[in-house]
This record gives sequence, C-alpha cells and structure tokens, in this order.
Amino acid sequence: MDLKEKIVSSYVAFEDGVNINSDIHEIRTEAFQNFEKLGFPSKKLEAWKYTSLNSILKEDYSIFPDKEKSITLAEVKKYFIHDIDTYKIVFIDGKYSSFLSETTHDNIDVCLMSSALSKKKYKLVIENYFNKIAKQDNLTSLNTAFSKEGAYIHIPKNTEVEKPIQIINFTTGEESATMLQPRNLIVADKNAHVQIIERHQSLTSNAALTNVVTEIFADRHSTVDLYKIQNDNIAASLVDNTFVEQQSNSVVSVHTFSFGGNITRNNLNFFQKGEHIDSILKGITIIEGKQHVDHHTLVHHIEPNCESHQDYKGIYDERSTGVFNGKVIVEKEAQKTNAYQKNNNILMNNKSTINAKPQLEIFADDVKCSHGCTIGQLDEQALFYMQQRGIPKKEAKALLMYAFANTVLESVKVPEVKERIMKLIATKLKVNIGFNI
Amino acid sequence: MLKIENLQASVDNKSILKGLNLNVKSGEVHAIMGPNGAGKSTLANIIAGKEEYDVTNGTMELNGEDISELSPEERAHNGVFLSFQYPVEIPGVSVTNFIKTSINETRKAKGLNDMPAKDMLKMIREKSELLEIDRKFLSRSLNEGFSGGEKKRNEIFQMAMLEPKLAILDETDSGLDIDALRIVANGVNKLKSKDNAVIVITHYQRLLDYIVPDFVHVLHDGKIVKTGDASLALELEAKGYDWIKEEISA
Repeated sequence: MDLKEKIVSSYVAFEDGVNINSDIHEIRTEAFQNFEKLGFPSKKLEAWKYTSLNSILKEDYSIFPDKEKSITLAEVKKYFIHDIDTYKIVFIDGKYSSFLSETTHDNIDVCLMSSALSKKKYKLVIENYFNKIAKQDNLTSLNTAFSKEGAYIHIPKNTEVEKPIQIINFTTGEESATMLQPRNLIVADKNAHVQIIERHQSLTSNAALTNVVTEIFADRHSTVDLYKIQNDNIAASLVDNTFVEQQSNSVVSVHTFSFGGNITRNNLNFFQKGEHIDSILKGITIIEGKQHVDHHTLVHHIEPNCESHQDYKGIYDERSTGVFNGKVIVEKEAQKTNAYQKNNNILMNNKSTINAKPQLEIFADDVKCSHGCTIGQLDEQALFYMQQRGIPKKEAKALLMYAFANTVLESVKVPEVKERIMKLIATKLKVNIGFNI
Repeated sequence: MLKIENLQASVDNKSILKGLNLNVKSGEVHAIMGPNGAGKSTLANIIAGKEEYDVTNGTMELNGEDISELSPEERAHNGVFLSFQYPVEIPGVSVTNFIKTSINETRKAKGLNDMPAKDMLKMIREKSELLEIDRKFLSRSLNEGFSGGEKKRNEIFQMAMLEPKLAILDETDSGLDIDALRIVANGVNKLKSKDNAVIVITHYQRLLDYIVPDFVHVLHDGKIVKTGDASLALELEAKGYDWIKEEISA
C-alpha cells in the first residue's frame, strides 16, 4: 500500500478520536477530500520542481504512533533554550507532554490546540482564525484533515509577553517510522507582542516525517517574532507550512535556521492586509552530505505603504542541494511598497547545488523592489589572509562563513537564541571558536 | 633567521623565481627593490606559504627548520608575518575579534590557553596607541571601507599584536600619505629588536628614509642581481633600474 492509500484508509480510525459532529470536522473532512484528490506533490508541479519527496514517501510510516515513550528532561534538555525562563508547549510523538510543558492561561493563552478546538471558551477565536489563511494545497490539506493537536497561542490586546514561548515536537518512533501533522495557531491581538521559538526534533534513527501547519494572525500594531530551529537528525524530514496575515502597523519576523534533517521544505507565506506593515523573512541554511533544504517564500503586498525584507543565506557542502524560490507580489493598489529580497549562496563543493529563483510580480508603478541573488565560493585570498594571521584553514573557513551569514543573525532579538544559533553553527562547521563579533 | 637557497617557483607553469638566494639574520632589516613584475610579491607570498605557487626547486629555512612544506598558518605560528600589499576586506568580522582569534589560535598551536581577556585588552590598548589608531576603528569590520592608509596601519597593528620573528612588509608604503607613512614606520621601528628581522619590499626609497635597511637587494627577473647597503636604494631612486639591467647583460 502506498502512503497516500494508507493515510486515506486510516481516516476512519482517526475519526474515532475526534468529535465528528463539529464545525471543525467539516473543515477536516473537506480537506481530507482535497488531499484524496490531490495526493502528494510530485516534481511535475512547478512548486516542487526541485524537491522530490519520493525517497521519504516510501517509508512505512505509522500514522498514529500510540506507543508513547516517556522521555526524561535530562535526555532532551539540550533541545530547549534553557538558560532563560520560557513558556513551553511540548509534544512527544504528537501527544502533549504536560511534564515537559509550561503552559498558561494567565491573561494570555499558551496551551493546546486540542483544547482550543473542543472547548467553548475558544470557539470564537477558532471560528475567526482556524484554517482561514492556510492554503488548500496537497500537504496543507493533509495537515488540516488530521488537525487535532499543536500549539495554541492567543495574546490579547496591549499585552507584551514577558518571556519567549517554545514549541517543541519530539519524535521518539522507537518501533517504526513516524509521521506527524502538528497544527499551530498564533493570534496576536492589537498591540500584542510575542516571541516564539519552534523546533522539531527526532530522537530516533528511524525515519520521521513532520508536516506542520502554522497560522499566524498579527492585528494592528502587534509584533510577532518566530524563530524556527531546524537542526533535526539525518533521518528526519520536515515540511513546514507557515501562513502569516498582518494588519496595519504590525511587524512580523520569521527566522529559519536550517542546519539539520534529511529533506526540509519551508513554505512561508505572508499576506499584508493593511498599511505600514513590515514583514521580515530571514534564513541561514548550512548543510552537507545529501541534505536538501528548500525555501519557498511568498510575500503578498496588497495595501499601500508596506515593506518586506527577505535575507536568505545558504552554505552548501558535499552533495547537498538547496532551493530558494522567493515570490513577491505587489498588487496594483499597493503603491509605495518597499520590497527587498536578498539570497546569497556559497557552494563549498563542486558537487553541491543551489536552485535559486526570485519571482517578482509587480502591478503597481510607484514601488521600490529589489532582489539580489548571488552564488559563489569562499574567497581564497581572504582564506590565505586569515591563515597568514595564524588562523587554521578550517577555522578561517568557518569564520568567513559565519561572517557571511551574520546579517541574518543581527535581527534576532532574543540573545539566548542568537547565542544558541552561533553554537549550532560552530558545531555544524566542526570548529571551536567564538563568533562573538 | 631566514635562509633561502636557489629558490625556483612558478605559477601556472610560468617561471617567476629563478634561483633566488637570501640570507636574513636576527636583528637585520633587508629591503627588496626592483621593477614591476620582478617577482617581489611572489617572493613574499611564497615565504608566507600561499598555495597557488609551485616551488620547483631550492630550500627555505626559518631558524634552521625547513618551512617549505608547512601550511600558511603553521608558518604564521612559527613567527612569519606578511603585511599584505592589498589587505583583504572581511565584512562581518571586527578588527578586535579577528586579532583575538588570530592570537588565540596561535597560542593554541603552541599548547597555550587563550590569552586572558584583561591582558588582551591591555595589549590592544597599548598597540593601538603605538599606531595612533582610533578605538572606534577596532570595532569596525576588518578592512571594510578602510582607506588605503587605514588598511596599512591595521596591518602593522596586527603585526604589533602578533610580535612575529620575521615580518615581511609588502609595499606597505603604497597608498600612505606622509603622516601615515611616518606613523607606520615608527611602529615598525619600535617593534624592531635584536631577536627579530624585517624584510621591506618596496618600489621607492621614501619608506627607507624611516626604516633604514642594513641590506638592499635588487630583484630582477626572478633573481637577486645586486646587493648593497642603504646607499644602493638612494642610487636606485636617482638612476632607476635600467643601469642595473645593463650591468647584468654586460
């Protein structure tokens, strides 16, 4: 049985665990039909031309991992940002772990999607926001069909959340390959401010495939900063579908740090529904071996006087492959738009590959839009210069790569996150030097 | 200190050094002069270990040890410093962090721990004063947007921090105005001791007014064709290189 068939035929079993007489389930079943019709994306689709999921769809995934493995904090502490106080929403094989979590209902709601989808208290928010901006494409539909658990974050107006929120999904998959469909909803009301760190981490050498959907709504004058740490082990693949809707004067930033995993696909979509909006999309990708990371971004400028800033840096070694497809649409009404897109890549090896494609569709005439895409190699003269000053070649390379990627780190607002990323980069580049530049 | 015998080197099968001999002892200052394309910068790069050159013949010893097979960083750890003719711009790495990394990697190679931050700060303060460097300059990205003079001054600042045994100054005077030239030359003179040596590569005599050489060598067509004292530089300044070329062909 192929994976699609297996998923489709297990849907009735999934329905056993949810309330089928609800509006939510209407949404689910519609999405289910959609997925049944569309199936998994193939390379024939323009959006999937450079990313093939074939190799990972062959695995015999367990759709409902029910053997819940308990894990101790000591085992997984290193995956948390633990040197500061944070709220935590933690899942093990898709199930909530109250032991590892620290949620709250004190003014703000940092809790579970399963509660939000079933309890009356959240009905209005769910009605207003759930599945409102998620695309109806193959994988988002798949996630919606199985949407049941994930993080639910609602920050009421004029609230500044005093500590960051971590969302962590662990996969233990002791017995077999595991497939997960986490579903997150983040709502920041007027003038609300929140910082979120998202991580998917597999603790097994068995295959894991996570197909996550996150919807973010940023009301007027709100700020949402989302940091995605993608440093999973080599048997784990991730499809991250994130949709952001912004109202006037809001600022939303998404930083994606992709160092690990087997195949990683990021679909990051911004929709600007007001004026004076700033959307920030940044990423650092450092991969090797046969790793594959694909960034598909979309910024849809609908109203006038808005900005978007994209800055993606990639370093590819060995046979790794990267994709950057950055699409910017500026509607006719969206005059005075400033849209900037930068994508710089370094190929460390003549077997590594990057497919870069900036796509600008501009229908307004009074706008500033720029895009710059570069593909190069490390500067040999700079390496020699650094070696001449006693810095060994490996460290010199690392320092140059770090300096190359640094423009992305500059906008990280949580110092501990920045520190963690620096350490991950040093580990990834196998050097022991401080990058405190 | 440095002993080079019959050094022959090529790049892309083009022969550049054709049997060069040079013997530099501790406490000495050697100037290497010569027309464009004589191989001056090639010599500097080969001593520093740049990989694109093929050394086809000859020996190169530093304090009795063959260095020809060592990597650039190993040579640096052994005390070789090359002040670049065109220092490389490295955006995103500050002058301070670069020199810290440089010093600590050199210490690591010698089995020493990192220099304590306090000592590092003190040293940076002292050496930047010596080169009359503005403190703000130290937090800027390495060489990025620096003027020609700032780049050269920064090179000598790094030299002061690293305290090399053998310093090679490749066209350090180019791009310097007279004030910067004086500051850089003063810096070099203050760092000079009986235990180290300096090789000054230059086109012009003017730097040698400040850094007075014990020996002046003329490099022509990949060989040292004439060696003299400081007066040779003056003579070259006055008469150019043609008379030497004639002397050789005669």
